Amino acid sequence: MLDTFLLSRIQFAANISFHILFPTITIALAWFLFYFKVRHDISGHPVWMRIYRFWVKIFALTFALGVVSGITMSFQFGTNWPGFMERVGNIAGPLLGYEVLTAFFMEATFLGAMLFGIKRLPSWLHTLATFLVAFGTSMSAFWILALNSWMQTPQGFYLVDGIAHPEDWFEIIFNPSFPYRLLHTLLASGLTASFLIAGISAYRILKKDDKLAPKIALKTSMYTAAILMPIQIFVGDLHGLNTLEHQPQKVAAMEGIWETKQGAPFLLFAVPDESERSNHLEIGIPKAASLILTHELDGEIKGLNEFKGEHPPVKPVFYGFRIMLGVGMLMLIVSWLVSFKLIRHKTLSRSQLLILVSMAFSGWVATLAGWYVTEIGRQPYLVSGVLTVAEAVTDLPPSNVAISLTLYSLLYLALLVAYLHTIFYMARKSAAVEEFETDDVSISKPFHHPERIERLSNNSEIEANLPVSSTLKP
Amino acid sequence: MTFEQSLPYIFLLLMAVSVLMYAVLDGFDLGVGVMLPKDNRNYRNQMIASIGPFWDANETWLVLAVGILLIAFPQAHSMVLKELYLPTLFLLIGLILRGVAFDFRAKAVTGYQNLWDKLFKAGSILASGSQGFMLGLYVMGFEYHWAALAFAGLSAVCVTSAYAYIGGAWLVMKTEGELQVFAAKKARIAGWITAVGIIAICITNPLINPQVADRWFSLPEAILLMPIPLMSFILLLVTDIYLKSVPVSQDKACWLPFMSVASLFLLCLIGLAYSFYPYVVPDKLLAVDAASSTASLKFIFYGVAIVLPIILAYTLFSYRVFKGKTTELEYY
Repeated sequence: MLDTFLLSRIQFAANISFHILFPTITIALAWFLFYFKVRHDISGHPVWMRIYRFWVKIFALTFALGVVSGITMSFQFGTNWPGFMERVGNIAGPLLGYEVLTAFFMEATFLGAMLFGIKRLPSWLHTLATFLVAFGTSMSAFWILALNSWMQTPQGFYLVDGIAHPEDWFEIIFNPSFPYRLLHTLLASGLTASFLIAGISAYRILKKDDKLAPKIALKTSMYTAAILMPIQIFVGDLHGLNTLEHQPQKVAAMEGIWETKQGAPFLLFAVPDESERSNHLEIGIPKAASLILTHELDGEIKGLNEFKGEHPPVKPVFYGFRIMLGVGMLMLIVSWLVSFKLIRHKTLSRSQLLILVSMAFSGWVATLAGWYVTEIGRQPYLVSGVLTVAEAVTDLPPSNVAISLTLYSLLYLALLVAYLHTIFYMARKSAAVEEFETDDVSISKPFHHPERIERLSNNSEIEANLPVSSTLKP
Repeated sequence: MTFEQSLPYIFLLLMAVSVLMYAVLDGFDLGVGVMLPKDNRNYRNQMIASIGPFWDANETWLVLAVGILLIAFPQAHSMVLKELYLPTLFLLIGLILRGVAFDFRAKAVTGYQNLWDKLFKAGSILASGSQGFMLGLYVMGFEYHWAALAFAGLSAVCVTSAYAYIGGAWLVMKTEGELQVFAAKKARIAGWITAVGIIAICITNPLINPQVADRWFSLPEAILLMPIPLMSFILLLVTDIYLKSVPVSQDKACWLPFMSVASLFLLCLIGLAYSFYPYVVPDKLLAVDAASSTASLKFIFYGVAIVLPIILAYTLFSYRVFKGKTTELEYY
């Protein structure tokens, strides 16, 4: 029988999973847009504006979905988890408040100027508006991850009758896991947006879009991914070490280690069994987990049995971690191979473009998997060591939550289908547009001299000899 | 009263400011959605273009209002949202539908565009109605007997028409020609429904809530309160006369209906606040008792004091950038 507790958990998980899909794109996509706009302002080449115009529409759509699902989230703290606010509201409230004050308003207000203001604003002011939207989305990530990290590794507070009171805001915000989680999440956003841009651009090229814009966008995004991916591996490793220090039970579940072990293997595959408290079908690399986590072959890693009754469910954390790593590895290989091909041969084959299309939303898979690892890894606590999830839940009748869960799920499913459908439709539609409409030139202010277009088109920096059309024709 | 002691009241005031900003700003864009015509696509495009650059930031005032409730009065936040679980669900579904419909309608396959417009309208009505219903239940102290529910229903109608009223006034300011006349006509109807609704609420509220009756009709406060209904009446009348005469030659004072409806909203809020101060949930929870710890309130207060003026400044900037009559929305 599903009770209010389980239903509320499913609802929150569904809600946050749906929500995170959109910010994880927009946080980095906003910076990409800023980059495109700055390149346009400097070079005056209309192709940057074409790229900007295509991606700003996708940004607007993605942003809207993020906003509406985010508002739903903010209400759920009160509707389903009143205990959260009653017990740690003194900490969580101001952090959420600062997010609204320093991020939400800024991004939402300048979004209007960014989307519709280019003819009403001087170019520099429009570029500034784009910057402020990007800055706002990142600030939003800053505050929300500060709170999330505090829930994982709380500090800087004292308890009076079970209620948390702030003692030192600096310690609260810059709690031990925060810097790592923030960087890890921002980089994940960068990779998600990169693969989305590359995937949709590849799709346009496959749809016989011969214009410069998708080629340059593809190149920009893949070079970005090729640079970000190794940094992400490095930061991810640091994040793991930090987790080992502060939440060893989470790492034990990620690694599927039951008994404390020296020289623990890294399990490539296994079926963790919580009733027998052991794994089936283990395939592992000897001593690798110890090496990665302690930087010593015979380093000791605490097993799950040290945390009986206090550790998270093992299976989702264990599998989630492997899915995230797997997709990450795939991203590394693809981004490097594609970048290499682009630098050396300046073309991509049809099958390579198809791979990029299939990986357009790979960032979603990795982000969700990683998010599940860290959030399920916090269970059974909502705030580590302070408040369990079960203590925070509402006492509403299950029927109410069942109704809301059903309606939200149906709505989210429909919106997700509409979103994906629309993005590919927009890509097909712009594939059919002619290169450089006349009003492109009129809006690109620094572009005064007709001869510059000639010069810039021949500029090797701009020139993207990417998929030469002949290699694409069957 | 020391600074520390006055913090709960400062936050009560801030919440009232956010609610007013929300009601006026998101009120007009919800209202534009409510009055979207079924049969005129060109009107729909222009109407939605008039709110395009603003709706997102407007909705943020709701997040701030709920945020302040959550930050400053966590107990009240839990109580209100628990009591209003299902209406909140419908409010959110309404907001989700209209928020995404706004973006999908311009980008989706042509065949689906009419569907998104319908969802935009439906979402706007659902969100406005839920807000009114929630306000009604809140005023009734979350009683669920038939009188309270009927009152909440009345409040739902009143809030929806009030939003359509200010939405119409917005369109009178932002559009011209046939659409302006269409908007003025619709705004007049909405204005009358709103007026009847306000009067009905003013009669039933003291009948159901004895302490409200006490506050409204005891002397000498009753005399001091008189300007509120009197000014409301004048504003309604002035707006109606103006709307009746649209199109006005040279579009003189096209801002007048919007400003006077916004002032009407302010008067309603003052009336509401006067009825229940210093409670944060009528008859159930005093602001002081529901307030969070002083340290938290102080921490967020400094932020608000610095950031709120900046927010107001760039909100003003945004309205200035898009001042004058609406032109077609172009994504570049």
